[in-house]
Amino acid sequence: MLEIKNLHARAGDALILKGIDLSIGAGEVHAIMGPNGSGKSTLAGVLSGRPSFEVTEGSVLYRGEDLLAMEPEDRARAGIFQAFQYPVEIPGVTNNYFLKASLNAIRTARGEDELDAMDFLSVVREKMKIVEMPKDLMGRSINEGFSGGEKKRNEVLQMLLLEPSFMVLDETDSGLDIDALRVVANGVNHLRSPERSMLVITHYQRLLDYIVPDVVHVLSEGRIVRSGGKELALELEEKGYGWIEGAAAP
Amino acid sequence: MPETLEDLAEREYEHGFVTEIETERIPKGLSEEIVRIISSKKDEPEWLLEWRLKALARFQQMLARGQHPSWAQVSYPEIDFQDMYYYAAPKPKKQLESLDEVDPELLATYDKLGIPLAEQKRLAGVAVDAVFDSVSVATTYKEELAKQGILFGSFSDAVKQHPELVRKYLGSVVPYSDNFFAALNSAVFSDGSFAYIPAGVRCPMELSTYFRINAQETGQFERTLIVAEEGSYVSYLEGCTAPMRDENQLHAAVVELVALDDAEIKYSTVQNWYPGDKNGKGGIYNFVTKRGACRGRRSKISWTQVETGSAITWKYPSCLLQGDESVGEFYSVALTNNMQQADTGTKMIHLGKNTKSTIISKGISAGRGQQSYRGLVRIGPRAEGARNYSQCDSLLLGDRCGAHTFPYLEVKNASSTVEHEATTSKIGEDQLFYCRQRGLSEEDAISMIVNGFCKEVLRELPMEFAVEAQKLLDISLEGSVG
Ligand SMILES: Nc1ncnc2c1ncn2[C@@H]1O[C@H](COP(=O)(O)OP(=O)(O)O)[C@@H](O)[C@H]1O
Ligand SMILES: [Mg+2]
Repeated sequence: MLEIKNLHARAGDALILKGIDLSIGAGEVHAIMGPNGSGKSTLAGVLSGRPSFEVTEGSVLYRGEDLLAMEPEDRARAGIFQAFQYPVEIPGVTNNYFLKASLNAIRTARGEDELDAMDFLSVVREKMKIVEMPKDLMGRSINEGFSGGEKKRNEVLQMLLLEPSFMVLDETDSGLDIDALRVVANGVNHLRSPERSMLVITHYQRLLDYIVPDVVHVLSEGRIVRSGGKELALELEEKGYGWIEGAAAP
Repeated sequence: MPETLEDLAEREYEHGFVTEIETERIPKGLSEEIVRIISSKKDEPEWLLEWRLKALARFQQMLARGQHPSWAQVSYPEIDFQDMYYYAAPKPKKQLESLDEVDPELLATYDKLGIPLAEQKRLAGVAVDAVFDSVSVATTYKEELAKQGILFGSFSDAVKQHPELVRKYLGSVVPYSDNFFAALNSAVFSDGSFAYIPAGVRCPMELSTYFRINAQETGQFERTLIVAEEGSYVSYLEGCTAPMRDENQLHAAVVELVALDDAEIKYSTVQNWYPGDKNGKGGIYNFVTKRGACRGRRSKISWTQVETGSAITWKYPSCLLQGDESVGEFYSVALTNNMQQADTGTKMIHLGKNTKSTIISKGISAGRGQQSYRGLVRIGPRAEGARNYSQCDSLLLGDRCGAHTFPYLEVKNASSTVEHEATTSKIGEDQLFYCRQRGLSEEDAISMIVNGFCKEVLRELPMEFAVEAQKLLDISLEGSVG
């Protein structure tokens, strides 16, 4: 599904990703853990095409295609989805309008018919139930005045609507209480299937109790310093990142 | 690799074509002689000629004293008022008995602009007065409106057919001495629209004037007068376009509105004069005085404008809230792209008790566009309980444009409430990226963000106009952000 080779990327003058190799097969869930500033969001941004990052070396193949050559919207239309760590607010544009425009853009790219307002409503209602999304959030401006938890639910709601093939979840768990975490994880698990893959970025292993990964990677200073099964997350939690950083030192 | 919007191609101004039509013009320049010629071409009564001449004297005095307004945040070379034509009319100009006699070239021009005038194709529910250069060439639905006592047509015709009404109200809201450009307009105005809604009548359709500048080196000086008698209601729309020319052309209009007891006038503008090319060559200088007098108790005047055109816009639609409990509203979207400059805003003058005004101004700057909001709220000493709410938001697209806000506040009555809010924001790369990550193209994303930003204003426009305005914003913004 996704083949990352020797990926180097920088933001501004700083080289942040310093050679990432990662291979994610169809149906797999990989977790990425690592201390603040290690480059987790940068990796997510490079995959989804955020213009502020510049790839200086390496390649990413998505279903055999050169992902890095694609515009962000084309990546989205090809099934790449990023749940953002900090979803932006867009005043005056209702969530409802935005989600419908987005879904229809994706559907069009897939060769499906656009949904009209009625059809959209029935689809979105069903997905809203999964993430226990309050109804009034649909009529409000995108993310404006949403609580931290509501923003994250909104990200997962969009993911459920768009049914992407490859998802990057960037700290979707941070700032959530345990109930909200369970709801959000349940939403994510709805999408787990043999055709879909996920890259779950998190700081804490507790999310991985709900979204159980096939592989866990530890990112430190722009490199994957260790990979293992889900027990690696537990070990990390127990020993702290210092353990890894020590191990990573040359 | 990341493409900035600035790299995207410019879309050409859609209405930039020239109509090939024989034009009658009087000699260039401004003088008493010229004013007399204009007046006689229109068979005007003596009082009107005298009024024009007084205005001319006032204008010349201001010009001699160097009183060309200079406070606005715009810059342009000095205008040579002797080097332009003050009157141009499509030839031949004979009395038209019906629209079928209108020159087919003119009908075709308006068709092309999306304003069909011919009987079979008229816009449903909208009466249109078409002003081409200095004269009104056609008015639709005139007879239907007359059945309810509504007068709607060209200003020239109104002078002939209802001189008493014109004389009573002309200059009563914007006196000829009001300001530099109002004085110029009063001296040389050639045509415009006139509407009169009798007491108790709710005008059954939108009244609309479509202004088109066509002739070269010609200024357009139109005059609009709308009078709403007690308890009447009218919604009026104006639209305007001009050909693409390398020279700058002057448009100095005056609009006067009068609302009596319980009357309401809703005045909407979609201004799309040629803005000049992307290097700032050509374009219309749009120096306009618009003012409405809420004379009656509980009267209401509401200005809604979407301004995307003109090289320079200088415009402050205002309300004189004279009647107790009268209401003034100003909803504005102004967009400047490339080298456009706009200094626009409103004045709300509270004179009566419990008067209320609302100002919602949305400025969008892109390219190297510069924009200022200039608004005055004055609460007079007798305006007990007056209330104003102002909100001025600016949206910047890119790093080379600018937005400035100049709110002026004069409060002479302590029982009043005045609130002002202002924000400036930038369409962030983050917002754009968020939309693109959800599958929307960059252009659709910008359009969505801008429309969201303008929503409070756009929803004040009549339905068909709102759609037009939205399209106009999209086109005007194409290829604009960095
Ligand atoms: N746009 C940017 N310009 C410069 N430095 C950046 C930019 N974005 C991130 N960084 C830096 O890159 C490093 C990695 O950031 P990030 O990928 O957000 O880490 P994480 O998500 O793992 O906390 C940090 O040191 C951060 O300050
Ligand atoms: Mg991060």
